[in-house]
Amino acid sequence: MNFNWLEIIVFAIFLSIVVSAIFVRGKSWLEPNFWKRTALITSIIMVAVLLVLTVDTLSKISMGTDRIPDATVINKKISYVYSDEKHRFVPKIEGQEKFFGKIWSKNEAEELLNIGKMTIQSRACMDCHTLLGNGAYYAPDLTKAWLDPKWNLLIKNMVNAKTKEEAIVKWLMNTDKYPTFTRRMPNMHLSEKEAKAVVAYLKWMSAIDTNGFPDNFLSSQK
Amino acid sequence: MNNLYESQKLGLWYMSAALVLFGAQILFGLLIAYQYLNPDFLFGIFNFNIGRILHINAMVVWLLMGFIGAVYWFLPVETGRETVGIKLGKLAFFILLAALTVVILVYIFVQTGAGNKISLWFINEGREYIEAPRWADIGIVIVVLVFLYNVFATVFASKKITGIMGVLMIDLVALAGLYLAGMFYTVNISLDQYFWWWVIHLWVEATWEVLIGCIMALALMYVLKTPRKIVEGWLYLEVFLVFGTGILGLGHHYFWIGTPEYWLGIGGFFSALEPIPLVAMIIHAVYDAGVQRLKTVNKPALFWILAQAFGNFIGAGVWGFMQTLPQINLYSHGTQLAASHGHLAFFGAYVTTNIAVAYIMVHKIRGGEVKLMDSKLWKYAYVLMIISIIGMAGSMMVAGFAQTEIERAVGGSTWQAYINAHLHPWMVEPMYWRFGFGFLMLIGYILLIVDLLTIGKKEEKTAVEEVAHA
Repeated sequence: MNFNWLEIIVFAIFLSIVVSAIFVRGKSWLEPNFWKRTALITSIIMVAVLLVLTVDTLSKISMGTDRIPDATVINKKISYVYSDEKHRFVPKIEGQEKFFGKIWSKNEAEELLNIGKMTIQSRACMDCHTLLGNGAYYAPDLTKAWLDPKWNLLIKNMVNAKTKEEAIVKWLMNTDKYPTFTRRMPNMHLSEKEAKAVVAYLKWMSAIDTNGFPDNFLSSQK
Repeated sequence: MNNLYESQKLGLWYMSAALVLFGAQILFGLLIAYQYLNPDFLFGIFNFNIGRILHINAMVVWLLMGFIGAVYWFLPVETGRETVGIKLGKLAFFILLAALTVVILVYIFVQTGAGNKISLWFINEGREYIEAPRWADIGIVIVVLVFLYNVFATVFASKKITGIMGVLMIDLVALAGLYLAGMFYTVNISLDQYFWWWVIHLWVEATWEVLIGCIMALALMYVLKTPRKIVEGWLYLEVFLVFGTGILGLGHHYFWIGTPEYWLGIGGFFSALEPIPLVAMIIHAVYDAGVQRLKTVNKPALFWILAQAFGNFIGAGVWGFMQTLPQINLYSHGTQLAASHGHLAFFGAYVTTNIAVAYIMVHKIRGGEVKLMDSKLWKYAYVLMIISIIGMAGSMMVAGFAQTEIERAVGGSTWQAYINAHLHPWMVEPMYWRFGFGFLMLIGYILLIVDLLTIGKKEEKTAVEEVAHA
């Protein structure tokens, strides 16, 4: 199904007005019953519209769709570029790229993301950072963290690593020793397996099509 | 206390526990506000994320407990009978208290666990606002089911369903059902956040708004003796507007989480309309208060109700609208501007409601509803708390605008852009103001509690003495 937002809005409002009008005909608008019926009908119609949209949205945000890549995207080269057609930034996925020196099978990659997600939840990352812009505001947004230039510009040398993923793992396991600003990240005591899984999760998340959020990423580093 | 229904006593317990948690919320808020100023404070021992979990979870729980207390309080008044299943209700209250104690102790002393299901089930689920581990989720559902049963059974036993009770019952079913949407694990963060917002948004911006609409209707009938026909008419209008705009207004959380582009238009449109019901609530409260020429038997309750009407509109309505269109939200999303809105909205809409109900409860237990309840102290607490919340929200608004500009619009949202914004004086200074106003809030809170414990006591004594003399 391909919905246009304006069609949905007009449909929802039009339907609410028409059905309400049928059920309140003959009643004065000053009667409580007039609003009782209108409230009930409008609520039911809005919930129904939400349910239909939910079915449609769920089909478009499952892993392996255009918007949400499947786990094997960790084997791909990911960038974030401006699309002239969409007038916003979009993730660009192209070409193979080894991740921790190997190409991961679908099962391996899925298992890695699963551990990454559980690690991110169990350490309550979201209560300092934002993920997809949601969370707390005490630390940077992680939506496109995998693509952040700081890993290559600073952290790689700081922790003496060869690749970006190795650098992130080393940094994540010793955050308290490598401050980047007055506010340090506490050591969350990640095991190496957990740290690798978190890096995989960040890489996968950076490939999600977030409708152009954050905008103009990297502009200050160009 | 002897003139109370058992249900009202239970309501009072809920409200008392809620107000204690309110204090905890303020203390943990102060702690994490101080960590913004001095990031080394308790670094590695009690990190920011743990303090924040306690700050926001204490808030969610105390507000809900206050609402449950308010419903238990008004239920016998509305139905004219004792609550059915009151013993079960009391048992559920103690189970809830015990469970809360365990959850809080685990948050404080265990804090976090390894990246596996055991941590998510027993320590911390790590999803903002609903961090409670899964076992506690199940406990919360059971406690809420007992509450639902008690409301439904009592209303049916009374053999009459008033308009307010009808709305309340439908709303409570939705409120309880929505919590289930947050009780699952998925590796897919887009799917995770899609249903996570069903709990957060559809609670705070839909079912909670209607719930306090019901509580406010009951409170207005009590405080101003507004006729039932008028409050019920307004309540229906408010339900129509809140659900009519708020259900699809959910779309403003679906701009950037991987969901399809049509949510930009739907979310922008409906959430732009979301302030309308809040305007209706202001008109309603001001109109009723005007008709009665502010004559009331319970001054603090009336003034907190008026603060609620304006606070809800300004905090939830205006502050929300300010950043809700996708064109600005692309830059303001996930900045201090959201924190500014959150503080003002939760205080304006919900904290005020609970305080008003607390004063209504105190009025009755201190010798009945005929005597005028007033004191000097409540005015100080009132003014201080309102100044504090405006000061905090104002500080975060300044910081939020600076962050939106420096980090997001100009800097492109990178790690370095985040640092640049947070080192800029426009963000550094407001964090100090925020802490200062937070401290003021603590003083306001202490005054409020002292007042709630003492207001009307003198009159009560005099009344007892008069009886004794007679």
